[in-house]
Amino acid sequence: MNFETIVFYIFSAILLLSALRVVTARSPIHAALALVLAFFTAASIWLLLEAEFLAITLVLVYVGAVTVLFLFVVMTLDIDVAKMREGFWRHLPLALAAGAVMATEMILVLRTRTDTVAPRNLDTHYSNTKELGRLLYVDYVYPFEIAAVLLLVAIIAAIALTMRRRKDTKYIDPADQVKVRRQDRIRLVSMPAETARMKDEGERMTNEEERG
Amino acid sequence: MMTAIQGFLGPWWPLVWTLVKILVIVLPLMGAVAYLTLAERKIIGYMQVRIGPNRVGIKGILQPLADAGKLLFKEIIIPAKSNKYLFLLAPVLSIAPALAAWAVVPFSPELVLANVDASLLFVMAITSMGVYGVIVAGWASNSKYAFLGAMRSAAQIVSYELAMGFALVGVLMAAQSLNLVEIVQGQEGGLFNWYFLPLFPLFVVYVVAGVAETNRAPFDVAEGESEIVAGFHVEYSGMAFAVFFLAEYANMILIAMLAALMFLGGWYSPVSFLPDGFIWLAAKVSFVLLLFLWFRATFPRYRYDQIMRLGWKVFIPLTLVWLVVVGAMMQTPYGYLFH
Repeated sequence: MNFETIVFYIFSAILLLSALRVVTARSPIHAALALVLAFFTAASIWLLLEAEFLAITLVLVYVGAVTVLFLFVVMTLDIDVAKMREGFWRHLPLALAAGAVMATEMILVLRTRTDTVAPRNLDTHYSNTKELGRLLYVDYVYPFEIAAVLLLVAIIAAIALTMRRRKDTKYIDPADQVKVRRQDRIRLVSMPAETARMKDEGERMTNEEERG
Repeated sequence: MMTAIQGFLGPWWPLVWTLVKILVIVLPLMGAVAYLTLAERKIIGYMQVRIGPNRVGIKGILQPLADAGKLLFKEIIIPAKSNKYLFLLAPVLSIAPALAAWAVVPFSPELVLANVDASLLFVMAITSMGVYGVIVAGWASNSKYAFLGAMRSAAQIVSYELAMGFALVGVLMAAQSLNLVEIVQGQEGGLFNWYFLPLFPLFVVYVVAGVAETNRAPFDVAEGESEIVAGFHVEYSGMAFAVFFLAEYANMILIAMLAALMFLGGWYSPVSFLPDGFIWLAAKVSFVLLLFLWFRATFPRYRYDQIMRLGWKVFIPLTLVWLVVVGAMMQTPYGYLFH
């Protein structure tokens, strides 16, 4: 057993354990953090495959952005764990059936693929990133762009469907605020200066106060 | 002597040698972090017509050691009803990415721990993990101030990462490589070949986004002393707090280092009659770090909604427009200006 195989088994063990924690952890926060660990170890296994671009992108997108937002939402929710767990036994048969169907599908897919090829050993100057770029932007440029536009449409549709703006909400627009100039807020009013008589009156009053 | 040690260690040699190289990078980095804190206090002191720390050692030169000693001997208090494991894991999650990113940073054409093909992407991916330290710290502390700080920080870091990423896309368009050594080598030949000139808007976006990413003033709403006492690390004390501090300063040096490598020509000298070398890189990094300190001494803290507006409505459109400009200019006869 060489070094790479040992590393592979260590990462696989961590990956499976953390994936198990994602579905068994009581607290949703712990589940999300276990998901982060699962993503990270999956990226490490991809690195062993010399697919460094995919591995780094997995960490960058899923760990660095998507799961942060998951955590962000989950942490601000008031989740009652006891309420979530009620009805567990009632729904168990249905869940088991769905799980069995998925497991059979996965087994069937894995068993029919007999044409697996061992990864070739490529020379050190082979750039995985460049090859992927060539595939995406030269060979499959139209399917790739269409997929990108579809995703964009889906994002805009999702935002448009869920965005509700109440008419009576008071909100501030920083764009308007930074445009404000001095003359919009300050008005200089010319007033006559204080006269000497007023000053005398003021002095007399303070003197009276002191005496009283 | 090297061969003797190599023979003695046998198959363990690569492991030991890599660990030695890691130490050679991390120990000077920790030293730089310690003295950056002193430089910050001194420089901001002079900017505000104060003297700054001057009691420990000559002119306060040993102040960082005194600080480290003080923090080491303080008790780490774990709040009741906090999540103990996550509470102690958070500083680790914070410092690990700040150090791991240095694995691919080149100090000279040969002096780099791992000359990875996609090193720029690696740095971005690793630094994007740093936000977990803040979020986990804020949540595990079981304190509303810490939690508010973590929420602010998470939203801010995710927003500014996009602008930062787009700024880096401009660099890799100009260099046509994701490798940091090749990016620096693309800027060979004096001041006018450095990328900060053709990519000036991206350079500005990168530095400002870097300040926001490291939660430094004027983007330090995650700490916001006057509103949420100290933000995500309010419950931390002693060494656990010091680790957050170390991570913040290591990240600052990393951002400055990347700015120097990608926009300021790395180890190349600005004029042809002076030799290239690490000294230039150090000078450029120090300059960008001085900017960080200068910003802190100059600007008042940004309001939170204005931070979000700056990130999403100013920086991201600005970088996108400039990427289109760079891409279009590359198709014209003037494309050489951008390479």
